[in-house]
Amino acid sequence: MTEGAPGSSARDRFALYDLFAAYGALIDAAEFDAWLALFAAACTYHIVPQENYERGLPAGLVYCDGRAVLEDRIRALREANKYNIHTDRHLIGLPRLIGEKGAAKLVEAPFAVYQTDQEGETRLFATGLYRDRIVVEAGGLKFRDKLVVLDTFAVPSLLATPL
Amino acid sequence: MLNAAIWPTLDYSRVPYRLYHDPEAYQREQERIFRGPTWSFLGLEAEVPNPGDFRTTYVGDTPVIVNRDTDGAIHALVNRCAHRGAMVRREMSGNAGEHTCIYHQWCYGLDGKLNSIPFRRGIRGQGGLDPGFDMAAHGLRKLRVASVDGALFGTLVDDVEPLEDYLGAPVLAQLRRLFERPVTILGYNRQRIRANWKLYAENTRDNYHASLLHEFLVTFGLDRSTQVGGVKMDARHRHNITWAEAESDTAELAQEAYGAARVRSNYLSLKEPELVRFRRERADPLNIAITSVFPSAVFVQISNSLAVRQIRPRGVDEVEIFQTMLGYADDPPELTLHRLRQANLVGPAGLVSMEDGEAIEIAHRASKPDRDSTTVIELGGAGVISDRDYRVTDVPLRGFWSYYAELLGIEPAGAVR
Repeated sequence: MTEGAPGSSARDRFALYDLFAAYGALIDAAEFDAWLALFAAACTYHIVPQENYERGLPAGLVYCDGRAVLEDRIRALREANKYNIHTDRHLIGLPRLIGEKGAAKLVEAPFAVYQTDQEGETRLFATGLYRDRIVVEAGGLKFRDKLVVLDTFAVPSLLATPL
Repeated sequence: MLNAAIWPTLDYSRVPYRLYHDPEAYQREQERIFRGPTWSFLGLEAEVPNPGDFRTTYVGDTPVIVNRDTDGAIHALVNRCAHRGAMVRREMSGNAGEHTCIYHQWCYGLDGKLNSIPFRRGIRGQGGLDPGFDMAAHGLRKLRVASVDGALFGTLVDDVEPLEDYLGAPVLAQLRRLFERPVTILGYNRQRIRANWKLYAENTRDNYHASLLHEFLVTFGLDRSTQVGGVKMDARHRHNITWAEAESDTAELAQEAYGAARVRSNYLSLKEPELVRFRRERADPLNIAITSVFPSAVFVQISNSLAVRQIRPRGVDEVEIFQTMLGYADDPPELTLHRLRQANLVGPAGLVSMEDGEAIEIAHRASKPDRDSTTVIELGGAGVISDRDYRVTDVPLRGFWSYYAELLGIEPAGAVR
């Protein structure tokens, strides 16, 4: 594997699948430092309601136009925010390579997130589509830009943990 | 039974839990508040800039179309076909020359008039409508519409007081402040909270909770009850403005009030201080201005994030918060970016608002089984309902309930207003 755009050999595909598998598992395990390490040093992370995305409206539910905001949000989640006590379960569909832009691969993957409360009741919290730019950095695949287009834009209760 | 005897006190310092849970109360609210003599926020003129542009919304449970006619006039129409009661316009937004019901293709103009009915004369002289059928009497019901500098309000009652009188001078001034320049829509967000809508209406009037529930505010020095601020209501106390002035306290004062451990760090400890940094845009120093308009609109400035929220009841046990994020049409790109960053503060995932969803859900859940017990509303004192120039208060909640009781016809004799 070389620095820049990831290739599309079978081995590179497995690396891509591993990246998405780790992405969901680390959120579900609330291991946010390890989760942040899946992003490139310079990165963006946005959660945008489908109704804004299709109308070309820029506002997001979460708008991290740089790593600093993303790290601040994770810090706030740990130190300041209060939210419904729950665990998450990400089910991420197979990532699909849809093109290349510069040194990045453009990848899409559908997801569903279920939330389970303290009494064991599970509800579907969200479905949506990741629309990502992925690069090779420090020998591994990283998210350069992660855009979470949220189908379930009538957010049930509140959105605290990342999608 | 819903009557004046449900109130344990005459100053609304005790509110029976039943009012959050009784289907009877919900039905009467729909009839006497949302279909009664109130003005509901409908949307913004900026959302329907061109002739034929429409958006669909709600006044209480009633579906409504807001559109701009070919002559530029804005109309609001009950979105329900005169024929079978079906929703005529199903899309959220779009542009159209007319509104046609899919069921039997009854077709209405942008002014709500019934323009055509298929097979009105039948086929080969058979069937169809009686020749005396009155087309003019079967249009889409029109709401009365009024605008404050592009913020659209509508009412289903003809003899309601004019919008400006309904709002009162302080609220009108706040709206004119927010809409002083043409706005642009940055986007929408929505939240479905499993709680009664009035818990959210109270929440936006509750100055006391802000710096306690929303710890981010205090931790990062964005907003504290030690700032100069307060609550200001209209003469009838149904609306409220919660306000605070930027940089009007000191870290020492805040640490004394909250304890040094809670005021852990100021905003400079954030990796991206712009997330909370207030850029003063106006002559006044307000960095918090939250204007709640009875029954269901909230106009919000938190730092440099600007928004309008519509509180949409969804039955007795659920509410949708529909929020429109705003900027000004003449904002330079870097100010737009600043507002988009600060949109992180508000909405369902807001750093200083996500907690509201949880707080009112747990209030709804735990209050349900014991309907004769009551909440306690006494911060800032019981008794008279009046403006306060301090922040540890929830007096405007009592103003809300006072007007609520009047409209529902359950105001006890001798109650404060």
